[in-house]
Amino acid sequence: MMLSADIKNKYELVVGLEVHAQLLTKSKMYASDSTEFGNLPNTHISVLTLGHPGTLPKVNKKAVEFAVKMGLACNSEITRRNIFARKNYFYPDLPKGYQITQDKGPICVGGEVPLTLPDGTKKSVTLTRIHMEEDAGKSMHLVGEVDTLVDYNRAGVPLIEIVSEPDIRSSEEAYAFLMEIKKLVRYLDICDGNMEEGSLRCDANISVRLHGAAEYGKKVEVKNMNSFRNVARAIEHEFERQILLIEEGVEIVSETRTFDATTGTTASMRTKEDLNDYRYFPEPDLSPVVVSEEWLESVRKEMPALPRELHAKFVNEYGLPEYDAGVLTDSKEIALYFNELCEATANYKAASNWMMGPVKSYLNELTLHISDFPIQPNRLADLIGIIDDGKINFSVASQKVYPEMLKNGEKSPLEIAQELNLIQDSDEGSLRPIVESVLAENGAKVEEYRSGKKGLMGMFMGQVMKKSQGKADPKVATKILTELLEN
Amino acid sequence: MKVDTNTLKKIAHLARLEFDETSAEKMTQDMTQILDWVEQLNEVDTEGVEPITTMSSEVNVLREDKVGEHLPHESGLKNAPQRDSDYFRVPKVLE
Repeated sequence: MMLSADIKNKYELVVGLEVHAQLLTKSKMYASDSTEFGNLPNTHISVLTLGHPGTLPKVNKKAVEFAVKMGLACNSEITRRNIFARKNYFYPDLPKGYQITQDKGPICVGGEVPLTLPDGTKKSVTLTRIHMEEDAGKSMHLVGEVDTLVDYNRAGVPLIEIVSEPDIRSSEEAYAFLMEIKKLVRYLDICDGNMEEGSLRCDANISVRLHGAAEYGKKVEVKNMNSFRNVARAIEHEFERQILLIEEGVEIVSETRTFDATTGTTASMRTKEDLNDYRYFPEPDLSPVVVSEEWLESVRKEMPALPRELHAKFVNEYGLPEYDAGVLTDSKEIALYFNELCEATANYKAASNWMMGPVKSYLNELTLHISDFPIQPNRLADLIGIIDDGKINFSVASQKVYPEMLKNGEKSPLEIAQELNLIQDSDEGSLRPIVESVLAENGAKVEEYRSGKKGLMGMFMGQVMKKSQGKADPKVATKILTELLEN
Repeated sequence: MKVDTNTLKKIAHLARLEFDETSAEKMTQDMTQILDWVEQLNEVDTEGVEPITTMSSEVNVLREDKVGEHLPHESGLKNAPQRDSDYFRVPKVLE
């Protein structure tokens, strides 16, 4: 049965997301094993990680601070007295037989993530909680093998789980939410935010209901989406699948489904009825973690500028369009570079144009990161300065001086322009003979111009530029041209 | 609180333990007795008393984020029920 737009429009999509972010600490959550990725399997292990009897966990201070940072960035309330909980289940990737997590009293309560959708609409997604926990080991299920291979290097790596309220109403919103989370963790430098590599993972709780209905529908949890794009695809698929079932009179069952990226569909994994009973209880091996006013203040002091703060600054203080501010705050490093650039120049719009034009295209072309960019912000500001002073024009700057600066970041743009003999000629006395000779050589065109073909101005200008080897100040040249042509 | 056979089966499943069906009757009785005994605690008035989660009164027993010594690869794998070069090998689990 095909789903018609009419039927689809009767329903509202309701989505809540659970995002796991792997924290960028050096050591694990409760043990001192390295968290480094890509090593020989089962080398970053300890008796604790392997769940040997008699071992005691100890909380990584930095992991707590990272969780607090995320909470502060989302305006969550920070829980002052934190206890941990055991979530009990048997699975080979979890040697202890329980995961140490937080159940009641997560470290961050509530909060919000403001979004800007592609069409410019603003929306805020409320957070339920952010809590601290540990990752499991990695299982490899080999095709045709009867056994599973397990690597415990990842077991115990610190995670925060960010849980949203069911505030999301479209796959675009879900995508924007994930992008925002990724941006935040990267700005905070607490997670590298790479979903393809698994350092950011997302499960989605999806339900549908008729528009205007007071109650939520039965929710389905979808797992195994390994990219932002796939989260959006899974949501789209579930939305239609659930509507079709309801339209056929079939009741939706609460279950866990897995997403298949090749088909773009979901399949049932298990129903909630035979779900594990996790029997949470307080972890007796860990003493409470108390976040004092003093500790909280020291974390607050370490907080970097957040993307939305920089965005607001770029719009309000620098007077940039929303679009520019959005592009420039997409990555923290670009935003900070731009911010520094704007401390050295007052021509903010020119600075933005340079960033979004020549700088970005250089980085894209060579797939470089802004940290590899050879020109320091103050040098780029100098370049903008000599354009504003009329010493060179933009095209000479971008085509001649800028490439030289890329080769030698130390040299001042003025020095380069002088060495290459590119300093613009604004002297009327020296430009007038050039303009006169251009007009003399193009007698016929001058006649045409005078009889109304004003479009020829560009051609004269081009000739003047050519004759002056690109150095004529366009403003002065235009003035002389107009004067000679109109009289 | 009375433990019935269904609860017994559920507990056994969660603990991944098997039991002899013939001893089910005796086990439910024992479990019921244990629960009844523990239930006496409910007679104590705990109004306004914060629950204790650890036996120590210490807080903030934290670790600096430093990498310590690892268990040597070979020693770690010694207790593996079965191994496959660098991996622990376990019966296939697929959800």
